[in-house]
Amino acid sequence: MLVRLGFPLGLLLLAALASLIIALGIGSAQLSPGQVWQVVLGHLGDIGQDEGNALARTMVLELRLPRALSAFAVGGLLAVAGALMQVLLRNPLADPYVLGLSGGASIGALAAMLGGLGGLAISGSAFGGALVSTLLVFGLVHGSGSWTPSRLLLTGVVVAAGWGAVITLMLALSPAERLPGMLYWLMGDLSYARAPWSPLLLLLATCVIVMPLGRSLNVLARGPQQAAALGVAVRPLEWCIYIVASLLTAAAVTTAGSIGFVGLVVPHMLRLLLGNDQRLILPACALAGGTLLMLADTLARTMIAPEQLPVGVITALLGVPTFLFLLYRSR
Amino acid sequence: MSRLVTQDLIINVPGRGDGTALNIAIEPGQVWGVLGPNGAGKTTLLHTLAGLNAPRSGQVLLGEQPLETLSRRQVAQMLGVVFQERLDGFPATVLETALIGRHPYLSPWQMEGADDYAQAEAALERLDVAHLRDRLVSTLSGGERQRVAMATVLTQAPSIWLADEPTNHLDLHHQSAVMALMAQQAAQGSTVMMCLHDLNLAARWCDHLLLLYPSGEACWGARDSMLVPSALERLYHQRLAVVEVEGAPVFVPIKE
Repeated sequence: MLVRLGFPLGLLLLAALASLIIALGIGSAQLSPGQVWQVVLGHLGDIGQDEGNALARTMVLELRLPRALSAFAVGGLLAVAGALMQVLLRNPLADPYVLGLSGGASIGALAAMLGGLGGLAISGSAFGGALVSTLLVFGLVHGSGSWTPSRLLLTGVVVAAGWGAVITLMLALSPAERLPGMLYWLMGDLSYARAPWSPLLLLLATCVIVMPLGRSLNVLARGPQQAAALGVAVRPLEWCIYIVASLLTAAAVTTAGSIGFVGLVVPHMLRLLLGNDQRLILPACALAGGTLLMLADTLARTMIAPEQLPVGVITALLGVPTFLFLLYRSR
Repeated sequence: MSRLVTQDLIINVPGRGDGTALNIAIEPGQVWGVLGPNGAGKTTLLHTLAGLNAPRSGQVLLGEQPLETLSRRQVAQMLGVVFQERLDGFPATVLETALIGRHPYLSPWQMEGADDYAQAEAALERLDVAHLRDRLVSTLSGGERQRVAMATVLTQAPSIWLADEPTNHLDLHHQSAVMALMAQQAAQGSTVMMCLHDLNLAARWCDHLLLLYPSGEACWGARDSMLVPSALERLYHQRLAVVEVEGAPVFVPIKE
């Protein structure tokens, strides 16, 4: 059992580390993996004080490392949030974007930006937006008694479309000088992600919290009645998933704006490869989602260097064909 | 502990009058059959007894304890439900599906151990689906899926079985095998209640019957006192002929 869980997770961890070294080495100044290693070690041991090394050190440790770690955290958060929503709705197409969570979070964050607020206020406002969206969707669906996944999905889709319209309205009414920043942010951009530690900690904490719930989630994936008959307190668990997914989405959105498809493609691909045990899928999503976004962001900042692309464009360009291919093949 | 009792229980079927309040005591060792036409509320009754639907009034006791005072986990350690309808959601193998029957007994951090696997495999063997253990449930036939669902509850090893049409989709041999399994569970001290459409299976394998009318009226008692052709004809709005085979009555609908 431990081997069954440990082996794929070990491989994914190695892939994540390899991607981190690539992300740190590639850019305006190329560094070999060995140099990256030296810089990281040099930092730890405080050796290598000559000038070239000092420059490389600054670049890697103060520019590339925070950005790469932020990308990892955001990718992991989105993939885990997507996997959780898919279990909740028993629908592999569910994802924080489809259900309007990201739209709500984006509006919260944009409103804070328009109000001239920064930092923590944007995070709080985004979480508020995600939570309002959650309550709105669940409230509307639950209002008339029992809810079905398809009804929840449809409500989410309509609410998401509504948020999309509100975002357009906000952009139309915003002062022109703020537009480029907001647009870039809406497309998903990691250029300003400098503080990876809080999303990384959140990702780690989520994995630790969600792991003991894994078997309950497996049972919940078979439908609420079956789950209740096997001893799961269904409604509290469903609320817990929805709130955790909102929190993860809000954290991801405040760090990097709107990045699509990670929450959809990563869990789907992992389920095809590893099966449906959530105790394996959720940590695997954290690692694979993080790796994918870290690589995508490396592409985004190097492809047309010195210009940078928003990473959301890359994930969409990679995600759409991958997803269509998987759908086509899985029939 | 495996006694199931209803006190003035009225199940909640929307848009229907209260009908008869149910005061039933199902004792260990008994096999009860619930008979009634489509829409009479058989499934609702079963779900109410399992605590999955709230009753309109009255209560259900598991042993001496009211059902609603127990946690879902405590209930699941005593009472197992075979559902008529199942969702597949995500693909899962037959063995994984049987293994979730161990969920009520495992703590959150605990992985399934060798004992749990052994129990699941024995249940698959008992239901004659062990050869399918690594197949995806979604690729099985209706009857095979029905037997996998039974195997899941057998893995759960409850002392109270509530089975909603356990013979659905099954061929004749497996119908008999499943009914024999239910009878065996009862003989080992379990309490069994099942909804059935097949009068003849009920006549053959159940020792108590509950007749549920679409109006919500109900009557119950020992099998022989309930298998009155006129009562059954009124229940199904269908004229019946009765013949006797191996000492048990066999009911055949008469062509109108």
